[in-house]
Amino acid sequence: MAGKIELEVKGLNFYYSGNIHALKKINLTVYRNTVTSLIGPSGCGKTTLLRCFNRMHDLYPGNRYQGEVLFQGDNILSGGTDLINLRSRIGMVFQKPTPFPMSIFDNIAYGLKLKGVKKRAELSEKVEKALVHAALWNEVKDKLGAGAYALSGGQQQRLVIARALAVDPEVLLFDEPTSALDPISTAKIEELTEVLKKDVTIVIVTHNMQQAARISDWTGFLMLGELIEFDRTDKIFTAPSEKLTEDYVTGRFG
Amino acid sequence: MTREQIRKTEGFIALSLSTLAALGGLFWLVFILGDVLVHGIKALHIDLFLNDPAPPGVDGGGLRNAFVGQLLITVCATLIGVPMGVLGGTFLAEYARGRKIARLISILADIMVSVPSIVIGTFIYAVLVKPIGHFNGWAGAVALAIIMIPVVLRTTEDMLSLVPWTLREAAFALGAPYYKVITQVVYRGAATGILTGVLLSIARVAGETAPLLFTSFNNSFYSLDMKQPVASLTVTIFQYAMGPYDNWHAQAWAAAFVITIFILILTITGRLIIKWRYK
Amino acid sequence: MARTAKKNPVDRFFSVMTAAAAFSVIVLIAGILYVLVSESSLAIGRFGVWRFLSSTDWDPVRQSFGALTNIYGTVLTTVLSLAIAIPLAVGIAIFVTEISPNFLKGPIGAAIELLAAIPSIIYGMWGLFTLSPIMSTYIEPFLKKIFSGVPLIGILFQGTPMGIDILTASVILSIMIIPFTASISRDSFNLTPAVVKESAYAIGATRWEVVKNVVIPYSKLGVFGGVVLSLGRALGETMAVAFVLGNNHRITTSLFDAAATITVTLANEFAEADSDVYLSSLFYLALVLFVLSFITLAVAKFFLLKAERKYSR
Repeated sequence: MAGKIELEVKGLNFYYSGNIHALKKINLTVYRNTVTSLIGPSGCGKTTLLRCFNRMHDLYPGNRYQGEVLFQGDNILSGGTDLINLRSRIGMVFQKPTPFPMSIFDNIAYGLKLKGVKKRAELSEKVEKALVHAALWNEVKDKLGAGAYALSGGQQQRLVIARALAVDPEVLLFDEPTSALDPISTAKIEELTEVLKKDVTIVIVTHNMQQAARISDWTGFLMLGELIEFDRTDKIFTAPSEKLTEDYVTGRFG
Repeated sequence: MTREQIRKTEGFIALSLSTLAALGGLFWLVFILGDVLVHGIKALHIDLFLNDPAPPGVDGGGLRNAFVGQLLITVCATLIGVPMGVLGGTFLAEYARGRKIARLISILADIMVSVPSIVIGTFIYAVLVKPIGHFNGWAGAVALAIIMIPVVLRTTEDMLSLVPWTLREAAFALGAPYYKVITQVVYRGAATGILTGVLLSIARVAGETAPLLFTSFNNSFYSLDMKQPVASLTVTIFQYAMGPYDNWHAQAWAAAFVITIFILILTITGRLIIKWRYK
Repeated sequence: MARTAKKNPVDRFFSVMTAAAAFSVIVLIAGILYVLVSESSLAIGRFGVWRFLSSTDWDPVRQSFGALTNIYGTVLTTVLSLAIAIPLAVGIAIFVTEISPNFLKGPIGAAIELLAAIPSIIYGMWGLFTLSPIMSTYIEPFLKKIFSGVPLIGILFQGTPMGIDILTASVILSIMIIPFTASISRDSFNLTPAVVKESAYAIGATRWEVVKNVVIPYSKLGVFGGVVLSLGRALGETMAVAFVLGNNHRITTSLFDAAATITVTLANEFAEADSDVYLSSLFYLALVLFVLSFITLAVAKFFLLKAERKYSR
C-alpha cells in the first residue's frame, strides 16, 4: 500500500519562542492519498507538528524550526519557501469552525478569488463542486447568499472544509476537526475523509483514539514532543511495538 | 507580473503605508512633546512659581496666582467629583446591579464623558455665575467636577464588577449588612482600580480650559477666595499665548510645560498601576 | 440576599446616597438641556429654529444672529480632520495589531495613549506657535501651487496662506482625534479570533489580505463606532482650534481662510457678550452643539454596544 511519498519529516526539532523545545527529532513519512492521524495526550506536540506542515508557526515571532520537512521532495522549512503558495497547496481545518464574516458563497469563493479566479460562472461552478465534495451542497444550495454564521456548527465545519477544498489543495490538515461537534456531525465528517482521500492526502490530529482507528491508514503516537511510534493504524492499535503506545491505546494511561 | 507577485506587491504597499502611519503617530508625539519641553525648560525660572504677574508689557513677574488657583480649583473639583462618582458607581455595580436603570445610567455616563466641555461651562455660567453676578472659583470647580463624575463613576462601576461575587457572599454569610460588605470588603478589593480612575480623571480635568473660561475666569492677582474669580494655568496659557508680548509667550510655554508634565505623570502612573494590578 | 440586608437603617441611608449620586448623571443631562433651552428662549423667540439655523448673520451691532457660519465651520473642520485622521488611525491600528514586532507594540501603544492624554490647550498653543508658521511658509504655498489652478478643487486653495485658517485647525484637530480612533480600532481588531485569521492564512492569503478581508470586516462595527465617537469629540473640541481658526463669521470656500466654529465663537465671545439677545444667542449655539454632539455620541455608543454584543457571543 505504500505509494508515493507526500510529506517526509526528517529530524525535525521545533522551538516555541522562549526556546521551549516542543518537538524533538521527529521522523515520519506521509503517503499520498492516505489518512494519517497523530494521537497522544494533551500537550504532546501533535498540533504543533501539524502546524509545521503549513508553517503556521511563522505567524508568531520567536518560533524556530530545525531539520527538514519535505513536501513532494522540496524542503518547505528552507528560507526560500513561498508561504502564500505553500498554504494554498496545503489546506487546514481547525478545531472550531472558522467561517469568515461573509456569505456562504463568498467564504468558499474567497480562496479562488485570491488565486485570481474572477469569472462568475467559473466561481459558481467551483463553489458548487466544493460544496458537493464537502457534502454540504444539498443543505445550503438555496441560501448561498446568506451569512455563514447562520449555519449550524456541523454545517460551518463542512463549509470550512469546502472552503479549503475549493482551491484544490494537495494536502489537508485537520486539527481536531470534530472535537467541538455533536456525534452526527462527527460521523458525517468522518465519512467525508474516506471520500476525500481519493483526491487529497489527509493528516489529522485527534484526541479520540477510536476516531483515529476508524478513519486513518497510518497513525503516529506522540508524547512529550517525541514521536514514540509511527506505523500502520491496525498495527498501532493491535500490536504496537512500544510499551508506551500500548499503554496509551489501551487506556492504561493518563 | 504574475498574479501572486501583484498580490504580494499590493500587500507590501498597504503594510508599508500602515507602518508609515504608525511612525507618523510617533512623530507627532515627539514633535509636540519635544517642542513643549524645549520651549518650556528655556522659560522655566524660580520666579515663575514665587511671583505674581507683572503689569502687561513689563518684563519679569510670575504665575504664582495661576499655579495656586489651578491647584485650588482642581482640589475642590476632586473633593466634589470623586465622592459623587464613587458613590454613583457603587449604586450601579451593587444596589442596582443588573437592573435596566443601571444600564441606562452607565450608557448616559459614557456619553457624558465626551459631551463638549465648553457646553458644561455655559451651563455653569447660567447656574452659578449669572445669579451671583460675577465669575467665581466655585463655578470653575463645579464645572470640572461635572466632567469628573462620569469618568470616576464608570471606572468605579467596572472595578466593582470585577470583584468576585463570592467575596460578597462570604461577607454576607458573616451577617454583615450590605453597606458594610461594600465599604469594608468590596471597596478594598477594588481600591487600586478606583484610585487609578481617580488619577486619570484628575489628569483629564487638570488640562481643561474651555469650562473655566466663563466660570472661574481669570485673576491677575493672588487670591484664595473661591467666591471671586480665580486664575488657572490653562486660561492663563490661552490669554498669554494669544497676547502680544514675548515674555507672555515664554511664560505660556513654561506653564504648558508644567501642566503637561503633571498630566503625563498622572497618566503614566495610572497606566502602570493598571498594568501591574490587572495584567 | 441584597434585598433583606436593606432593612438596616444605615444601609438604607447608604443606598439612598449612592442612588442619588448615580441619578445625578440623569439630572445633569436633563438640567443642562433645560437650562440651555430656557437661557436661549429669548433668541429662540426672536429668531425661531429654522431661521436661526439657516441664517449666516452674526452681527452684534444690529443684534441679528444666526448659527449657519458656526455650524459650517464646525462641520467643515470636523469632516476635514476626520478625513485626515481615519486613514492614519486605521493604519496605526493595523500596524500595532498585525505588523509590529512585539518589542514595538508597547512603545507605539504608549505613544498613542500619551497623545490622547495631552490636553487640548497644549495642542492649540503648539498649533499657534509651531504648526501655523510651518503651514503658512511651506505646506500651504505648496498646496496652493499644485491645486489652485485645478478646476473644482482649486477654490479650496485660494487666497494668501496665513496659517491661521481652516486647514491648520483641521490638521491639529486630526492629530488630537487620531489616538481615540486608533485605540478603539485596535481594540476592535484585537477581537478578531486568532483562529479565523489563521484559517485565512491557511488558504494562502497574504497578511494584507487577511487584514482587508477578515479583520476589517469582522471588526467594522467597532471601528465605525470609534469613528463616530471621534466625530462627536471633534465637534465639541474647543481649545485645539480656538488658537488657529481666527474668528470669522463668514462662509468661505478656501481652506486658507479663517472661520468660526460653535466652540470657538463661545470661547471668544461668551464672556464679553454685552446684550441679552447676544448672550441668549450664544446659549442657543451651545444648545445646538449639545444636541448635535449628544446625538452623535449616542449613535457611536449604539454601534459600540452592538459590536460588543456581537463579539461576546
